Amino acid sequence: MKNLDSVFAAYIIGWGVFFLFYVTIAKRTADLRAEVERMKARLSTHE
Amino acid sequence: MAKRITLGAVALLLVIASAYASFYIAPQERTMGVIQRIFYFHVASAWAGFTAFLICFIGNLLYVWKRADKYDWLGVSSAEVGLAFTTVVLITGPIWAHPVWGIWWTWDARLTSTFVLWLLYVSYLLLRTLIEEPDRRALLSSLFGIFAFIDVPLVFGAIRWWRTQHPSPVIMGGQGSGLEPTMKAVFFFSVIAMHVFMTFLIVERYILEKTKAEVDILQREVEA
Repeated sequence: MKNLDSVFAAYIIGWGVFFLFYVTIAKRTADLRAEVERMKARLSTHE
Repeated sequence: MAKRITLGAVALLLVIASAYASFYIAPQERTMGVIQRIFYFHVASAWAGFTAFLICFIGNLLYVWKRADKYDWLGVSSAEVGLAFTTVVLITGPIWAHPVWGIWWTWDARLTSTFVLWLLYVSYLLLRTLIEEPDRRALLSSLFGIFAFIDVPLVFGAIRWWRTQHPSPVIMGGQGSGLEPTMKAVFFFSVIAMHVFMTFLIVERYILEKTKAEVDILQREVEA
């Protein structure tokens, strides 16, 4: 089928963009959660 | 957490089902052939992007009015998600255009206004990185976001008001436009799937912004 490779390219690149975007959100959130826990621990040792 | 996982799972199932429907249920278009199947992904992503920018616009308006942080978080979250969807539109569009038009890109009203839309929301996010003071950052970016949204109706109307290389609308395009019933059903199913996926991404991105605010509060406590 003519142009089937273009259709697959569009879907793969498109979903690749969404996947990378979601991974960056998940990574940034996980880093911030770790930071929150670290700060909470630091504050509790000060009290 | 359980609600977020459920939303993510539903979004994933719906986008898989919509991809399946686009390839195996929707009939082959007569003139363009298989390449037309990009339509279900390209246009559904564009509509979901428009909705994300509308949510951003509402968040921006509410922030200017009420000055509550949650509206600023909603604004930035939906702007970033809308930008991801518009990026996909700007990538899948030329992949579809090349075999059909013989060119990857042309500066017609629809393509140019979409590119300007992308640039406006990149600027919105860049602006936020340049202002340190949180309240000032939220207010200025909200005002900019309200201005940026003006381009959304321009993108929507471009193929209705002006003669463009981009095809005329098949949905809400007036007399002579329209889709074959199965194509229409698959298209609207794809639109729903992309909207659920967009909602999931906005929720995830909103939680990131909320956590950032939590870090800022704790940082001040640690420094005090």
